[in-house]
Amino acid sequence: MVWTPDQPLVSLRAVFKSFGAARVLKGVSMEVMKGQVICIIGPSGSGKSTLLRCVNALVPIESGSILVEGQEVNDPKLDKLALRRKVGMVFQQYNLFPHKTALENVMMAPIHVLKRDQREVERQALALIAKVRLQGKEGAHPGELSGGQQQRIAIARSLAMNPDIMLFDEVTAALDPETVKDVLVTIRELAADGMTCMIVTHEMGFAREVANEVYFTDGGLLVEHAPPKEFFASPKDPRTRQFLDQIL
Amino acid sequence: MSLQPLWDWFRVLHDTSGIKLTIFYDAFDRARFLNGFLTSVRLMATCLVASVVIGVVGAWIQGSRSRVLRLVTQGYIQFFRNTPPLVQLYFFYFALGSYLKISGGNGIAVPVVTNFTWAAICLSFYAGAFNVEIFRAGIEAVPRETLEAAESLGYSRLKAYVYVILPLAFRISLPALNNNLVNLVKTTTIAYAIAVPEMLYVANQIWSDESNVPEMMNVLMIVYVALVGLLVWVMGRWERALRIPGYTTA
Ligand SMILES: Nc1ncnc2c1ncn2[C@@H]1O[C@H](COP(=O)(O)OP(=O)(O)O)[C@@H](O)[C@H]1O
Ligand SMILES: [Mg+2]
Repeated sequence: MVWTPDQPLVSLRAVFKSFGAARVLKGVSMEVMKGQVICIIGPSGSGKSTLLRCVNALVPIESGSILVEGQEVNDPKLDKLALRRKVGMVFQQYNLFPHKTALENVMMAPIHVLKRDQREVERQALALIAKVRLQGKEGAHPGELSGGQQQRIAIARSLAMNPDIMLFDEVTAALDPETVKDVLVTIRELAADGMTCMIVTHEMGFAREVANEVYFTDGGLLVEHAPPKEFFASPKDPRTRQFLDQIL
Repeated sequence: MSLQPLWDWFRVLHDTSGIKLTIFYDAFDRARFLNGFLTSVRLMATCLVASVVIGVVGAWIQGSRSRVLRLVTQGYIQFFRNTPPLVQLYFFYFALGSYLKISGGNGIAVPVVTNFTWAAICLSFYAGAFNVEIFRAGIEAVPRETLEAAESLGYSRLKAYVYVILPLAFRISLPALNNNLVNLVKTTTIAYAIAVPEMLYVANQIWSDESNVPEMMNVLMIVYVALVGLLVWVMGRWERALRIPGYTTA
């Protein structure tokens, strides 16, 4: 079956995942359409990171199905590398390559993995660094950048692979409050450009503004989901209400 | 420019004070000492490079999925770390070397592997065993998240190793590597035991012929101090050249 853009770009069906005895995902199902931005919120340890990491096969699942552009991720014969080229991921701790400059960080994967032409990649990388508003920092090493700057370089690094979808895992959780804004602006612009995004976040204001759909996870389950207005105004499940009461 | 005046000066030194440095004023001794020196340097250079290559490959295998390969590497490391290098050298040369002979034209068995090559192989694997452990510790000190970032960008395990893990692990490993390579340079002197004509071996020949043991001992000390000093200096330069701005490995 050939995937077409009117089908979900990512679709999860009854996904189960355990780490040893700990059951982390207990039957998660969701669909993300092309161009959609979804935010996932929920208490710490509820399986949000694991959920994202299953989508690009960093974590193998036990049962269920994950389709990315129609391709089954839970397939032993899956070409993981091909999948990951389509799925960009940004982490809480940025995880830049510390021995490379900002520009090199952005250029590395397209050259090493996609074997693209160096000059063309450099042009794109410079444009991406400008897009995340870090012109002038091209030659800096990650250790010479602030957390917020590193995170924006990490976003540019993922974008350089021209992914079809971006996964963000609490990308502002480790940042100083004053640099959070810069990173959120970058993601917001990306969403406005039509990038499909799955965003795990604790920034409720941001989720309310940027998401097409908000999901709430608790104990390895997707408790409920709704468009942001509805989700924040009238959460149905008591667990969601309790969580929102605590955090807002 | 001729060095003859210098050689003459050492002859005068001998005539006036009795300090007998024949390796300077006697052309034959000079040639054999120079050969010994060059043999030592060649042995050191070969083993330095080979042991680092063994370390890198071994550390890669230690992280591989194949249990058999991991066990073989582990066995190799234990063997070379827990036996004296001199015994290893004898083992290679006398035990293995005796099987590896072909008959020459006149019916006399000729060894396939020369003494020098046996010493190079043995010492490379000896120092390499330590290098595997050193690099493995370096690799383990690279945060898992850094590898994950590379994987999420589509890097294969090998590419992530080459472009991301190894450059970082190498920097972390440098101080320990430094120590091991200095140790290797010093240990090359055991090649003496299987008659590789390296510096200690020719020095022994010279002091037997010339009865100048104290002089030759001093020469050996000075030359080894200089060689180790050179290695430490080069490694220090290298460490500084690889330093990453703003990066701390803590
Ligand atoms: N690699 C792992 N090995 C073992 N347990 C893990 C691993 N990753 C996550 N877990 C456990 O799974 C649960 C969910 O983790 P995670 O998905 O990171 O939650 P969240 O991102 O919502 O905080 C936690 O209890 C965590 O300890
Ligand atoms: Mg998490």
